[in-house]
Amino acid sequence: MESYEIPVLAVKGLRKQYGDGCSYCSGPKKEGLERNFCPQCGTVYACQDISFEVYEGEILGVVGESGSGKSTMMSCLYFDQEATDGEVYISGYEEGKSNILRQSRQQRRYIKNHLMGIVYQNPEKGLKMDFSAIGNIAEKLIAAGHRNVSAMETRGKALLQHVNIPLFRIKDIPRNFSGGMQQRVQIAKALSNNPPILLLDEVTTGLDLSVQANVLDLIKGLQRELGISIVVVSHDLAVIRMLADRTIVMLNGKVVEEGLTDQILEDPQHPYTQQLVHSLL
Amino acid sequence: MKIAYNYAFFDEGSKREIRRATLKAIAIPGYQVPFASREMPIARGWGTGGLQLTLSLIGKSDVLKVIDQGSDESVNAVSIKRLIQATTDVAITDETKEATLLQSRHRIPEVPLQENQILVLQVPIPEPLRWIEASEYATKRLHADREYSGAWLMLFEQIMKHGHISTGADHPVEINDRYVMAPSPIPRFDNPKLHMSKALILLGAGREKKIYAVPPYTKVVSLAFEDYPFEPEDFSDKVCRLCGSKGVYMDELVDEAGIAYYQCNDASYCLQALNQSDKQTEVMG
Ligand SMILES: Nc1ncnc2c1ncn2[C@@H]1O[C@H](COP(=O)(O)OP(=O)(O)O)[C@@H](O)[C@H]1O
Ligand SMILES: [Mg+2]
Ligand SMILES: [Zn+2]
Repeated sequence: MESYEIPVLAVKGLRKQYGDGCSYCSGPKKEGLERNFCPQCGTVYACQDISFEVYEGEILGVVGESGSGKSTMMSCLYFDQEATDGEVYISGYEEGKSNILRQSRQQRRYIKNHLMGIVYQNPEKGLKMDFSAIGNIAEKLIAAGHRNVSAMETRGKALLQHVNIPLFRIKDIPRNFSGGMQQRVQIAKALSNNPPILLLDEVTTGLDLSVQANVLDLIKGLQRELGISIVVVSHDLAVIRMLADRTIVMLNGKVVEEGLTDQILEDPQHPYTQQLVHSLL
Repeated sequence: MKIAYNYAFFDEGSKREIRRATLKAIAIPGYQVPFASREMPIARGWGTGGLQLTLSLIGKSDVLKVIDQGSDESVNAVSIKRLIQATTDVAITDETKEATLLQSRHRIPEVPLQENQILVLQVPIPEPLRWIEASEYATKRLHADREYSGAWLMLFEQIMKHGHISTGADHPVEINDRYVMAPSPIPRFDNPKLHMSKALILLGAGREKKIYAVPPYTKVVSLAFEDYPFEPEDFSDKVCRLCGSKGVYMDELVDEAGIAYYQCNDASYCLQALNQSDKQTEVMG
């Protein structure tokens, strides 16, 4: 077997529910649900049995309407929330043989500090808005055990320049930055420890179109240059079309379609995907 | 009219409760133990945390010293001493080496502490991560995970801004290779005195309802980076104008001519040094 066949990230049967469920909704098929929630007990089944794999250097797109469970999935992968059930394996941790969702809190911190980076839609979530931009980069380096100021400063400068933050602004606070700049600082921070996996959740949503294009170009460039594996989430199929090699389509917490992005765009199978593609044209 | 107080102001149950929290604090160096902080006849924020520790520990044979920023005579130190004496009748001293129980705000005395002594430090903000994280729930988890990036980040930011670490006081320490702890607003100069201290050091925060401890002979390391080592304030070239001492923590003052001069911050140390040198001149003269 060749090494490129081992996925960098493998997700199997990931589930996340809000609420305990009842006799009406707890069956394996969840037939009584309205969209993603139980009308009897109000339990929300935000992610239901989500499985996918991401290979080295690949960008996987995740598209779906608002409320389909994309952010919930991402935050479970980054341990911001605890998944209800499921398995996640990453090749960089114990050769992809241990379910990272079942590791101790310390181990999970290690994994997210060394092996993952995330960029949130809302920069307030990913950055300390009143700390310097370079301090925000240092935070992730410090968390990974770095204790040398000059080395961290050098690395931080290089990263921020790489994402086109001018040198004279690196000690400014992100609160005083434009939305596009804030996202670029988040990207630099996420990349600081050279993680093999980058999670991007609606990175360009809410930005002006020209700024959006600029950030998307940056992501594409970084991916080509660093060979990093990326999961990119968006409700906007246009963003997915521009970035993703392969795509999964989510609806009401479930994966309803998956395949090569080009294929999905040309020949969507699921009625929901067809609707998405048509609205894009 | 004489008001009947219990010995040392508190009822025995309250004292026991504080002592239980204290024992737990000693067992887990640097861990902030919650306790039921009591109403005191002085305002919170004026050393009620320290005072409660002192009152829970004090016994008839104790000799008490109370200092406030190095002074035994400040209003605050005097009113604390008055309250304690009114309810205990213990002996009071200014001399560090005579005291068995010392309560202090913002300083560790210059005279090295001994095994038979307990130092109680008054703490306004016990949480070293508060600056970075407002939620108590979140900081508790960070301590549990030994996740102290925030404390380091604070120092990193200072270096980015000022070119050096600029914690005036309360420079965070790691204790017993485990917890990061706020040493209370003592100057950096006093941080090294925490390391392997012969005396038990207890820290009490009244408003925040926390007790924590540096047990005797415990490793205490001030946080610093590889290329920005920890540096206490440097007074090596300063001499006290009153007593001629060197190598202690000095206050900078300005005389009428506008010229800066230095004076020991620890007033009782200064007085003692002055007496010592007077004696010497008498002998020589
Ligand atoms: N803390 C929560 N409690 C209850 N329901 C939640 C919570 N967080 C998210 N949800 C629900 O989970 C579903 C998925 O939300 P989300 O993952 O944010 O979707 P997306 O990112 O695809 O827009 C939505 O129905 C949302 O209302
Ligand atoms: Mg979302
Ligand atoms: Zn139900």
